[in-house]
Amino acid sequence: MSAPSPHHNAKVMNRFELTKRLVGKLTHGEAVIGGIGNANFDLWAAEQRPQNFYMLGSMGLAIPIALGVAIAQPKRHVVALEGDGSLLMQLGCLGTVGMRAPHNLTIVVWDNGIYQITGGQPTASGSTVDLVAVARGSGIANSAWAADEEDFDRLVAKALGGGPSLIAVRIDDKPGVGTTDRDPVRIRAAFMAGLGVKR
Amino acid sequence: MQTPIYGGARLEIGARARNIPPQFEAFPLSDPKSWHAIIQATLKANAVKLVTYVPDRVFTPLIKSLHADGDFITFPCTREEEAVGINTGAWMGGMRSAVLMQTSGFGTVPNALASLVVPSQIPLIMFVSERGVFGEFNLGQAMVCRTMRPVLDSLAVVNHAVTRLDELEFIVDRSIKQAVATQAPVCFILSPLLTGGKVFAA
Repeated sequence: MSAPSPHHNAKVMNRFELTKRLVGKLTHGEAVIGGIGNANFDLWAAEQRPQNFYMLGSMGLAIPIALGVAIAQPKRHVVALEGDGSLLMQLGCLGTVGMRAPHNLTIVVWDNGIYQITGGQPTASGSTVDLVAVARGSGIANSAWAADEEDFDRLVAKALGGGPSLIAVRIDDKPGVGTTDRDPVRIRAAFMAGLGVKR
Repeated sequence: MQTPIYGGARLEIGARARNIPPQFEAFPLSDPKSWHAIIQATLKANAVKLVTYVPDRVFTPLIKSLHADGDFITFPCTREEEAVGINTGAWMGGMRSAVLMQTSGFGTVPNALASLVVPSQIPLIMFVSERGVFGEFNLGQAMVCRTMRPVLDSLAVVNHAVTRLDELEFIVDRSIKQAVATQAPVCFILSPLLTGGKVFAA
C-alpha cells in the first residue's frame, strides 16, 4: 500500500502562470520577496515591479526576509514566494511566523517535489512531507493547498485581506521562464526605493 | 588599588563563591553601568528598534531587559541565519535592527553573510557572546570559536572584540553609525572579559 499523497487532491499547475495571476492581484504596492532560483525567475518574468526583491543567494531566507519587511512596514502587505526545497531547509521560520502572527504576511510555496534547478532530485515533500500540515502545526492556521487556479485566486484574495497565511501550490517540473538581474546592490536599492525607504 | 570597573571578570570571584553566575550577580538589571544596560541604551540612542536573537546564557540579562522595554521589538528565532534574514528585511523596510547570538551560532551564518548581507550591502549589526576561550571545557565550542574571526576577516566584515566596559559604548555607538553610513555589516564579539562569560565547574 502506498502512502497517501501529501498534496491531497491539488491540481498540478504551472508556477509562471500562477505567478502572473498573483502579481495581477497586487494593486496596493505589496512587497514580494522571491526565493532563490525558479521562484525568482518567474517573478522577474511576470513583472519587474519596484516592490519586488529577488534573493540571489541565502537559500531558505525568503520567508524570514519577508517577515522582516512585514515588521518594518506593518501597513504594507508582504508576499514571500518560496520553493519546497528552500522551505524544507528553513522550516523553523514557519514557527517564528506563527509565533509573531503578522497580519500582513502571505507565504506562497511552489511545491514540485523536486530540486528542479539542480537536476530534479527528489525533495521530502514529493513523497511524504505535507507542507500545509507543517505550516498549520507551526501555528499558521490559514494554510491551504490551492485545489486549482480559481481556488488559488480565492486564497490569494483572502490572504491579502489579513494573515498570516500560507498557500501551497502543487506545480509541474518546468524551469523558470526568465532570468533575474544578477546585481545584488542594484536589486536591493531598487527594492528599498520601491518601498519608499531612504537609506 | 585601582577601582574595579564593572567588567565581569573583575567581579567574578565573589559571585563564583556563592555559586551565582557572575552576569547576574554583578549586574542587576537596573544598573546603568552594566554591559547589557550600556548596549541597550546605545541601541536605543541609534534608533535600533528590532532585536532578534538565538539565546545564550550570557545574553540573558540583556534579552530580559529588551523584552521589558516597550521601545524594542524583540523575539527569538529558531536559527541564526533566520534572524539574519529577518534583520535584512527589516533594514530594507526602513527599520534598524540588531541580532544576538553565541559563538557556535555564528558558525551557522557564513552563507547568509556571503550571499546576502555582504553583496547586498546590508548594515547588519551582530552581537556575538564569545565562547571557546578563557577556560572553555567543550572542545566543540573551542573549535567553532577558531572559525569566527577568519570567516569575518575573509568577508572583510568589520569586527571588534570588546573586552572593557569603559570602551563598550564608544565602540558600539561609533560602529553602528559607521555600519549605517557605509552600508556594511559589523560584528561585536563580546569577550568574557566584558561579560563574565560562562562559569564552568572546575
